[in-house]
Amino acid sequence: MSDKPRKFKGGVHPNDSKALSAAKAVQDAPLLDSYNVIVHQNIGAPPEVIVKKGDTVKKGDLLAKASGFVSVPLHAPTSGTVSALEKCPGPTCISVPSITITADGEDAWGDCMEPISDWQNADPAALKQRVADAGIVGMGGAGFPSHVKLSPNKPIDTLILNGAECEPYLTADHRLMLEEAEKVVLGAAILARILGLNGATIGVENNKPDAIEELNKIAGKYNVKVQGLRVNYPQGAEKQLIYALTGREVPIGGLPMDAGCVVQNVASAAAVTDAVINGRPLIERITTVTGEPLVNPGNWRFRLGTPISKALELAGGIKTQPAKLLLGGPMMGFAQNSLDVTVMKNTSGILLIPVETASQYTSEPCIRCGRCVEVCPMDILPATISQAVENERFDWSAQLNVMACIECGSCSYVCPSHRPLNQHFKRAKAEIAAARRKEQKK
Amino acid sequence: MAEETTTPAIQLPDATKLVVSNSPHIRGNETISKVMVQVLLALLPAAIAAVWFFGLAALKVMVLCTVGCIAVEEIWNKCTKRATTWKDGSAAITGLLLAMNLSSGTPWWICILGCLLAIILGKQLFGGLGFNPFNPALVARVALLIGFPSLMTSWVAPTPGNLTVCDAMTGATPLGAQGEAVASLADLFSGNVGGCLGETSALALLLGGAFLIVRKLIKWQVPAAFIGTVVVISGLVHAINPEITQTPIYHVLAGGLLIGAFFMATDMVTSPMTAKGALIFGCGCGLITSVIRIWGGYPEGVSFSILFMNALTPLIDRYTIGKPFGYIRVKKEAA
Ligand code: SF4
Ligand code: SF4
Repeated sequence: MSDKPRKFKGGVHPNDSKALSAAKAVQDAPLLDSYNVIVHQNIGAPPEVIVKKGDTVKKGDLLAKASGFVSVPLHAPTSGTVSALEKCPGPTCISVPSITITADGEDAWGDCMEPISDWQNADPAALKQRVADAGIVGMGGAGFPSHVKLSPNKPIDTLILNGAECEPYLTADHRLMLEEAEKVVLGAAILARILGLNGATIGVENNKPDAIEELNKIAGKYNVKVQGLRVNYPQGAEKQLIYALTGREVPIGGLPMDAGCVVQNVASAAAVTDAVINGRPLIERITTVTGEPLVNPGNWRFRLGTPISKALELAGGIKTQPAKLLLGGPMMGFAQNSLDVTVMKNTSGILLIPVETASQYTSEPCIRCGRCVEVCPMDILPATISQAVENERFDWSAQLNVMACIECGSCSYVCPSHRPLNQHFKRAKAEIAAARRKEQKK
Repeated sequence: MAEETTTPAIQLPDATKLVVSNSPHIRGNETISKVMVQVLLALLPAAIAAVWFFGLAALKVMVLCTVGCIAVEEIWNKCTKRATTWKDGSAAITGLLLAMNLSSGTPWWICILGCLLAIILGKQLFGGLGFNPFNPALVARVALLIGFPSLMTSWVAPTPGNLTVCDAMTGATPLGAQGEAVASLADLFSGNVGGCLGETSALALLLGGAFLIVRKLIKWQVPAAFIGTVVVISGLVHAINPEITQTPIYHVLAGGLLIGAFFMATDMVTSPMTAKGALIFGCGCGLITSVIRIWGGYPEGVSFSILFMNALTPLIDRYTIGKPFGYIRVKKEAA
């Protein structure tokens, strides 16, 4: 592996606004009276609920078990009673099944999984099973089950931990790497053992020098390398990250394993440490609660199922009414219309966007300025594809490689005509996927 | 009895006022009008130089064309019941560019006719900003050139610093006499020669061009390839037989090459979007310009070459689509 990170083409430099929360140490959110745990928190099949209304559960007990390979179990965030199995607002503004736990205030752990303290000599398969049992997913936003990534069917020679955190505003991973560097590095070492590799690389954007320093203090001990990366959105996109660190391009439509790589988020790695060394399933995560309208932005450790309203209260509430409430960062996050959505495994940020900066523009004709082409990290032609979509020419948009689009939003960000480029590509991808499914059925 | 006020309650967002829309949720602060205003700014040095060398008559032509284009665009919008668009700045640019392509002695009615041609024939008939295949100012210039050849090729001699000069004295254009220099290089560089308003001062155009490139408002590939090609071809021909044509530096400084390369060929709407396409486009412009200048009947080939290449832009765009990131199968790792 080359020592110098490569520059991927394109990208944008949005105002990062991380200063709002970057210096705020992670605080444990106080115990709530009840938690509303959304059942489906991973990409893949939703887990199968195994509790009934009225059941008592301990902290860490299984609420739902994995329902297939690409699925992970879900665990109770605290001890108490299952008081409801109902629908609640989900992250995509559609109601989704959830499990309400009324806390008993004891917060007592149940029969946890056995710690595997001697992980260095443990069977890699057992370690991998532990990752699966702990319900660990990609915590950077995707929510893809971690154990699936650890079961590649192609030869792997590189393990990468994604600590880029390139989305503006978000500082949860930053604080995690700074405050719990050991957990992250140890997680990397465990993941490397599962993959049969000797070592790993953690990629961190250079705007977090303190985190890089902390990680470096212990990285050598576990044969982990910490690599500073150019500050450029979307540096944390898997394909761009792999390119920066290895110079390899993940083929279009391919996965990191096609480039010999496995990529895991740093928070997921820390969760792996918890699962293996402490025998604890994934029931909480660090989330940045931020945005200019908030009185007191910061980083908190939330139990899964914490309502957004509670998180906003911890941040002191608002000074001004925001235009948008997002789960995730401003470039790729999801807008919400309810404060009752709850923290999930992939909730990296809860963000309030003020009216002044919210992008509410009317779209104008493309002036062919080419800015979108210049910033597209996938090197496709957003302007042309967008025109194809407007003309309902989805076949043409497919020829123009719309499927390679990673929906990073860089093109929409720079477009002086404020064209809804990203929206067009989402639509095209959905249409093309539907057409392909139809084709296969024939 | 009123209750005692305690600590103010924590205020939460009003969920009913939250907007749900697609990502990204923040945007850069670029707008069409900001882009256009910067292009206008880049034309400022050339405009000032024009007034310096050709007096208030130049100012008159520039104001007439700029206001004229805006007016024509608005009247058209009114008649076709479209939203007003003059604020985006594109009509103003078209107007100013048109003026730059006229001489200070141009009668007012030619200016207005030019505005009509530029905005209606060059732009609105195609659907307005973003849809016009040809640079509107050039469409007007070439149409006027064909319609009024003698009016369009009589130039006013410069009167540096004398603002009040208004009467047209006809002089030769520096490219008119083949192989025979009618102006010194220093005059050409500063702009002390007869010609269109925007053609004369190389210095002012280079200043504006540099601004455009630094601010990334144009692709540097277009002027570089355009001027480079003219230099190479005229240089070769001059080296073989100096009788046929002037030195390459003379070719760069005289006539409309600089304004064409920096301000007309780079028009975003009508030039290719990719860097590679821009190179091809610029080379094409340079080639055609050289051929027309050296062997063609017209002294000036810049406008024709750009219009011709405008027509090829969709084709160039189509054939310069690069391979996306990750198109190649896994590359061999560098040891
Ligand atoms: S086309 Fe897709 S990959 Fe390219 S900049 Fe736009 S959103 Fe990002
Ligand atoms: S950035 Fe917008 S206006 Fe410019 S070429 Fe792309 S889509 Fe068109």
